[in-house]
Amino acid sequence: MADFDAIVIGGGLVGTAVAYGIARLGRRPVLLDEGDIAHRASRGNFGLVWVQSKGIGVPEYQRWTRQSSDTWADFSKELLEETGIGTGHERPGGVTICLSEEELDKRRRLMEQLHIEAGETNFDYEILRHAELKKMLPAIGPDVVGASYTRYDGHANPLFTMRALHAALLKHGGTYVPNARVESIQAAPNHFVINAGGQSFAAPRLVLGAGLGNKALGEMVGLDVPVRPVRGQIIVTERLQPVLPIPTLMMRQTVEGTIMIGESREESGFDDTTSPEVIHTLAQRAVKSFPFLKNVRIVRTWGALRVMAPDGLPIYEQSSEFPGAFVCTCHSGVTLAASHARYYAQYVMDGALPAELARFSTKRFDVRAAA
Amino acid sequence: MFALLPDNPSERITVHVDGNTVGVPPGFTAAAAMLLHGASSTRTTPVTGEPRAPYCMMGVCFECLMQIDGEPNQQGCLVTVVEGMRIERQLGKCKVDE
Repeated sequence: MADFDAIVIGGGLVGTAVAYGIARLGRRPVLLDEGDIAHRASRGNFGLVWVQSKGIGVPEYQRWTRQSSDTWADFSKELLEETGIGTGHERPGGVTICLSEEELDKRRRLMEQLHIEAGETNFDYEILRHAELKKMLPAIGPDVVGASYTRYDGHANPLFTMRALHAALLKHGGTYVPNARVESIQAAPNHFVINAGGQSFAAPRLVLGAGLGNKALGEMVGLDVPVRPVRGQIIVTERLQPVLPIPTLMMRQTVEGTIMIGESREESGFDDTTSPEVIHTLAQRAVKSFPFLKNVRIVRTWGALRVMAPDGLPIYEQSSEFPGAFVCTCHSGVTLAASHARYYAQYVMDGALPAELARFSTKRFDVRAAA
Repeated sequence: MFALLPDNPSERITVHVDGNTVGVPPGFTAAAAMLLHGASSTRTTPVTGEPRAPYCMMGVCFECLMQIDGEPNQQGCLVTVVEGMRIERQLGKCKVDE
C-alpha cells in the first residue's frame, strides 16, 4: 500500500491540472490514469480558452471562467518555466461570427444579458458590423453580417498543455500511474483506499477528475454526478500562412498553421466517430465565413465526447457522506485548467469549497420539495 | 544524386521543375521528376523551415509535399507527370488567396 496526500482519478486535463496544483503546494498527489480505453476528451478537444457566451443566467460561471482566462497567461508562463514546454497560449480576444441579421440580434441580446448579469465585475464586449470586423479579420467573406467580440477570449494547444501539466506534476514530486483503472474504492471520511491496476493507494483526499467516468466513480463515494457525453466533431486543415489573427467560436488557427473547425453538438451516446452530414455542415459554414477555405485541404476529421452536466455547468462538490472526496468535472478542461490548478487544488487540500463554488454543487439537480 | 535505370524507355514527357524545363520518362511521379532534376531538398517545413525530401515514395510519410500546377501541399509521389506540368518546391506554409 502506498500512502499519499491525495489521490486524483483521471489523467486528462482536469485531473492532471488538479494533481499538478496539489504537487505545486508541496503535497504528494498520485494521479491514476485508466489507459487508452478511456474516452479521452482531452485528446480530442478544440483548444479555446473561451469566455464569451458562457454563464448566461449563471454569473458565478461567468466569473469562474473569467478568472481562469485571466490566470491563463501566468499559468502558461509557469508551465514553460517549469518544463520547457510551451502551451501555445495566446489571448488576442475572440469573436463569434454571425451570418444573418437574426443571428447578430440574438447574439447582441445574449451579450447584453451577460453584461447586465456581470454587475460590478463588468463584462466588456463589442458588437462589430462587417466593416469593423474586416479590420480585425480581413479574410471574412461577404456573407458575414457581424460578430460579437470580447478581449477575454484566447486559445492554446491542448496536447502541449497536457504534456506540460504531466511534466510539471512529475517535477514537483507527484506520482503518475498509467493503466490504473479503478477497481474498488474503500471510503471513510478523510480516508480513501483505492485498488487500481493491481496496486493499492491510500490518501485522506480523493478527487474525481475522470470526465464521463465520474458518474460511476461518484456513486462509490456518495456523489451524484449526472454527466453524459455530447459529441463534437472537428475538422483540421493543412498548414497555412497566418490568416486568422484571432480565434472565433468555430475556428482557430494554431501556431503551427493548421485551421481547426469545430463547434458541433450531438447526442450520440458513446459513439465518438464522425458523420458526413455534420462535417459537411461545419465545412459549409466555415467556407461561408472565410471563402478562402474552399481551396484548402482537410487533412483529418475526428469526433470526441464532451463531458456534459444537464445544465452545461461544471460540477464541483465535496461528498457529505465521505468528506475528503471531491468531484471536479466540466466540459471546458482547457479554459478552466488554470483555475483547477491554482484554486481547486488548494480548496481540496484545505478540505472545503468556497461559497463562490456553491452554485456548482450537485444539489442543483435535486427536485425541490413541494411547499 | 539519382540516375535513370538503363532499361528506361526513350520517350520523354516535358515538365517544369522549379521553372526549368526538363524531360522525364512517362509514368514518373512528380516527386521522382524532382529528385531526378531538382535539388536534394524538395520542401521546407511550415513550422521550423527545416529542409526535407521525399522519403517513402508511396503516399504515407507526407514528406514529398510540393506545389503542382499551382496547387500547394500535393503529395508529389502520388501524382503522375503529364505534359507541361509545373512542379515547384513547397517552401514553408502554403499561401492562401484571401
